[in-house]
Amino acid sequence: MTIAFRDETFRDDYTFRNSPHAIRRFPFPFHEDRYMYAVNIEPHALPGPKGSVVEFAFDVDEHYVSEMRDRELVLRQDPLRCQALPHMMAAQWDLLELIMTSFARDYPEHFSLERDGERWHWVNRPLGIDQRFVFGDALTLPYEPMEYVTRQAQGDWVIVDQRDGNLWMDAGMVTTQADWSLDFDIGMNFFEWHGPVPLAHELGVFERALKYLMQVRVGSPVRRLNWTMTINPLLDTAPERYPVWGPDRTTVTPDNVGHKAHLRVELQSFWRLPRSNALLFPIRCYLIKLEELVTVPKWARRLPRVLKSLPQELVDYKGLTRYRDTAVAWLSRYDDGAPTSPGGGPD
Amino acid sequence: MAVRPQSIKVRVAEVVPVTPLVKRFRFVPLAGGLLPAFSGGAHTVVEMHDGAVVRRNPYSLMGSPDELDSYQISVRKVEDSRGGSVFMHERVKAGDEMAVSPPVNLFAIAWDARKHLLLAGGIGITPFVSQMIQLDRSEMPFELHYCIRNDDRGPYWRDLQQRYGRRVQVHRAESGLGMDVEALLVMQPLGTHLFVCGPGPMIEGVYATARGLGWPEENLHSERFQAPATGAAFDVVLRRSSKRVHVGTHESLLEAIEAADVEAPYLCRGGACGQCETGVLACDGRLIHNDHYLSAEERAAGRKIMPCVSRFEGRELVLDL
Amino acid sequence: MLVSGIKSRPVYGTLAPNEQARLNIVFADGEGALAVLAMKPAAPTAFWARTHVIYVAGGSAPQGHFAKLQALGTHSCHEAPTIASALPRLKALLGAARMGTQLYLAGTEPLMGEGMRVAGEYGIRHQSIRTEHRGSLARRVQCVHCKGITESVTTNIVPCAHCGLHLLVRDHYSRRVGAFQGVNIDAEAPGQLPKVEEVFK
Repeated sequence: MTIAFRDETFRDDYTFRNSPHAIRRFPFPFHEDRYMYAVNIEPHALPGPKGSVVEFAFDVDEHYVSEMRDRELVLRQDPLRCQALPHMMAAQWDLLELIMTSFARDYPEHFSLERDGERWHWVNRPLGIDQRFVFGDALTLPYEPMEYVTRQAQGDWVIVDQRDGNLWMDAGMVTTQADWSLDFDIGMNFFEWHGPVPLAHELGVFERALKYLMQVRVGSPVRRLNWTMTINPLLDTAPERYPVWGPDRTTVTPDNVGHKAHLRVELQSFWRLPRSNALLFPIRCYLIKLEELVTVPKWARRLPRVLKSLPQELVDYKGLTRYRDTAVAWLSRYDDGAPTSPGGGPD
Repeated sequence: MAVRPQSIKVRVAEVVPVTPLVKRFRFVPLAGGLLPAFSGGAHTVVEMHDGAVVRRNPYSLMGSPDELDSYQISVRKVEDSRGGSVFMHERVKAGDEMAVSPPVNLFAIAWDARKHLLLAGGIGITPFVSQMIQLDRSEMPFELHYCIRNDDRGPYWRDLQQRYGRRVQVHRAESGLGMDVEALLVMQPLGTHLFVCGPGPMIEGVYATARGLGWPEENLHSERFQAPATGAAFDVVLRRSSKRVHVGTHESLLEAIEAADVEAPYLCRGGACGQCETGVLACDGRLIHNDHYLSAEERAAGRKIMPCVSRFEGRELVLDL
Repeated sequence: MLVSGIKSRPVYGTLAPNEQARLNIVFADGEGALAVLAMKPAAPTAFWARTHVIYVAGGSAPQGHFAKLQALGTHSCHEAPTIASALPRLKALLGAARMGTQLYLAGTEPLMGEGMRVAGEYGIRHQSIRTEHRGSLARRVQCVHCKGITESVTTNIVPCAHCGLHLLVRDHYSRRVGAFQGVNIDAEAPGQLPKVEEVFK
């Protein structure tokens, strides 16, 4: 199926919108009317349900072209958003191979890959790219392999090295992040980079998650959803730029909250990279306006209930302190009190 | 939570005698196409249907990580073992259909190392074959020291010397010129990582020497392919699955649990990685810990067991499975 | 408001001699000298004979620690005026070292941060370094916005020495940068600062 790519912005005039189709397939993360941490990891079994964001290895959707244009703007402003420690070159090639082979297999009308031994020919039609290169020779590409391929793939991409019984964040392309800094966190281990997350350490969540992730095998990826909220459809909520976007949180009113406030959901998956034995951690960000979200009655009922039940530590950590109540009040007008069905999908 | 991976159906394409005790097996996928890619030092778990018993033994993948139309393993025949290697040597023929697991790597290259110092004893050479291909391709410095009994008993040493020249040094025990580990270790530049694979006493000896010379634990890596010990048969109760399982003399606790269709996580099947750690809910008797994972305190507490290699003697054992 | 209990906060130990090591390199500043001297009862003469010491006295100069370090009978004992000026010597020692070398870092967090960063360049993983914190708790803080480093921070909130933004000093620590993270505190309400307190003395 050919995707109709939207021409839109994630900054300045914020013309980002979801089509009705994109709303229906939005990965709503709440399976019940309340929220708490859990190691909610499940197999990323492929292909997933047809048309869903987990149908294929990596989702390409109507926002693809515009998101890639936004990434280019971020990198022009701050090249430190893409970094790899020197020992990660084998993993970079693993990543390039995984993305190119997946895209060409899953979206043949948009991408193609021809391989003749180490001589590869990659065509990306939506972005107008036609590139011949030698696999394994970084000087035959305009960027290092990770940067090259993730300038053509939505979402953030973090590669972690596995050693000493831990996972180390040693490479990444991070421009659509929920307020964390790759430049600061690069080189940290699993516990260190999750350091700022409240509550979960005490629950032992990270010990269990680490043990689970270290046994992820080639060909058996797993996934989970995470979420927060963002004012305006801003993909790049980096701490580097917090003085620029932070004040937006003070602009929320009962009149504009439905349009300004977005539920921000991360589809995180975890892949063993075959030749480097590193783990790949793609973090794909989906945004939806509250006014788009309430077009699905089940979500309209559930989201205010979840937000009301959120512990204060999480409200603060997720940066919702200033506008949670405004959002709950607005959303509650769409909650008729009826019971909701289990699971996250629309009825 | 951990799901046992789908096994891959393969056909035995070739069985090649390498030395009097070592045979090499080449597997091609029944479905055609390519097998999953792997990294240097990775292993596959081979399923052997030996009568009523299903054994799953890990073997290093020793082909090139770039040639994925087949997997190759080498098996050394161990007469007095519980039978996995004997089964491979005597029963498996070219043309047979078998199943192998997707690759797992518990002996991976240290990509941040400034140098790899590889020490192999006998059949312990196998994980280094694929490691060296990757190290060489990545232009990372390495040096292999390979201990064999004599020229006829050491698999692959000629090929490796031919391929890597002076980076491969062979030490022949029968010639009286064994490897001087201490002399080797004191010369290594800062940032060297030591990898050793061979018989248990070799690994322990090398580790003791390295520690005695002030090497940090982070720089020491080993892999031992330890077959699960045999022992007296016993029964075990799996509380969550409400099952009572009999563990035979030549069967591991993990194999018996799998035979009862209970999902139990695992990776190395050699008592090293910790993935199969299982809670002991009741134990009237003695746990026989054969693993290298649990600490002395954990063993003394008797609350955990590694079913891939450990056993039990006594009246009743109840596990949290 | 100060976010505490963050798990990337480094944990330091107590120095103990590694008697197996064939070479020891000690890098210390200020009161860190006392941690080195405290190893004396546990360390035989032979230990000191294969030990290099690099020391930066800083504000502890009047205490005369360096003379006591010199009296240990080390292979070499060097005093540098600042951490930065000591680094070329540390790098020279590490560059010539073989496996079996033990690195010790003692003193302030900035010294240990710099020492770990340099050691990493020579292939030493940070877990194998022996550390002991002594003296000031003052922090090196990296402004996440302009990337400038503000030295010797003792307060929970500090103006960035480079871009001037008011930074909340978090416990989030990067070994690679050798600094704590500072994040603008009043972006959402300019000028509204929580009480500034001296917390890292």
